[in-house]
Amino acid sequence: MWDIARGGSAGMAVSDLVLHEADHRRLTAILDGLRQDANAKVTFLIDKNGQQLAATGHLDGLDPTSLAALTAGNVAATDGLAKLLGETEFATLFHEGEHDHLHINVVSGTAILVVIFDERSSLGLVRLRVKKCSIELGSILEEIVARSRAQRTSTVGSYAQFAEITDDDIDALFN
Amino acid sequence: MTFINYAAREINCKIVYYGPGLCGKTTNIQFIYDKTGTAAKGKLISLATESERTLFFDFLPIELGTIRGFRTRFHLYTVPGQVFYDASRKLILKGADGIVFVADSQEARMDANLESIRNLKENLREHGVAFDKVPYVLQINKRDLATAVPRPAIEKALRLKNEPVFEAVASRGTGVFETLKAVVKTVLMDLNTR
Repeated sequence: MWDIARGGSAGMAVSDLVLHEADHRRLTAILDGLRQDANAKVTFLIDKNGQQLAATGHLDGLDPTSLAALTAGNVAATDGLAKLLGETEFATLFHEGEHDHLHINVVSGTAILVVIFDERSSLGLVRLRVKKCSIELGSILEEIVARSRAQRTSTVGSYAQFAEITDDDIDALFN
Repeated sequence: MTFINYAAREINCKIVYYGPGLCGKTTNIQFIYDKTGTAAKGKLISLATESERTLFFDFLPIELGTIRGFRTRFHLYTVPGQVFYDASRKLILKGADGIVFVADSQEARMDANLESIRNLKENLREHGVAFDKVPYVLQINKRDLATAVPRPAIEKALRLKNEPVFEAVASRGTGVFETLKAVVKTVLMDLNTR
């Protein structure tokens, strides 16, 4: 099981997402299909905080952690711009490079779909394929979010395995 | 919004360094980067102006080791301290698991410290986060300066919820890892309460 739980302390905004291995496989299959259909180099899905959920393609030489953090920052800044203009969001961003290009699309308001492609593809093709698979990704993400919420309210001790963290455990991290 | 990945056995947490302009947030992160082994750190990304003032954020991913069989990974962010970058600060603060407030010890910066804490509380509230609940550490930096206000006076003004306090000279690394350790501890202990 691939289980991602995001929450907060009492009184904090809570947003949970529990992603099982099966969900991960479904997301990866869609990303892989998109990569092939759009003739792209890399496709990946991250959450709005910049954590990677799934990825496919030639990731060698890429720094996925930095890529995810900067993409999330980029989308957050653009969301801020949208709100200043009275828009809910600018769902799509496109960055054109000399060789590689970056297509960024907000999916279902919760995740960010990133496609990296070069001259073997085109913006039109990528945009078309992204639009098509966004619906599919969106419905899976909504299903995951709905199930996570239901699970969250019915589960006690989501972090039970960390209930016994001691000072010694933390000291050991810094030794 | 801690991110726990059971398959990869990882805990991912976001820590934000907050504080007024030029208080030493980036200096903290830079020191951590310099003193952390290559295998345990990612790239240090600084989105800064030409004069090296933080424009959007600094970002440093570090890995501290294993706890209960889980690798602990922390994403350290700084916010831009200058007052007019508030919109950016608010964005970076979103989803933070823990906060380090870096205060500038100089007497002339006490008003800026107070304004920054007020701004922090307001931005947390806008994200639906209670300041009283969020894992939080106070670092009083620049203790080496002649104009530094005595610690008791700073604590009286800036210590708001009995949080851990550390004196620091971030430019020399004094207190930097002690502060990081304290915020990591409060974040991980906070997992117990969920």
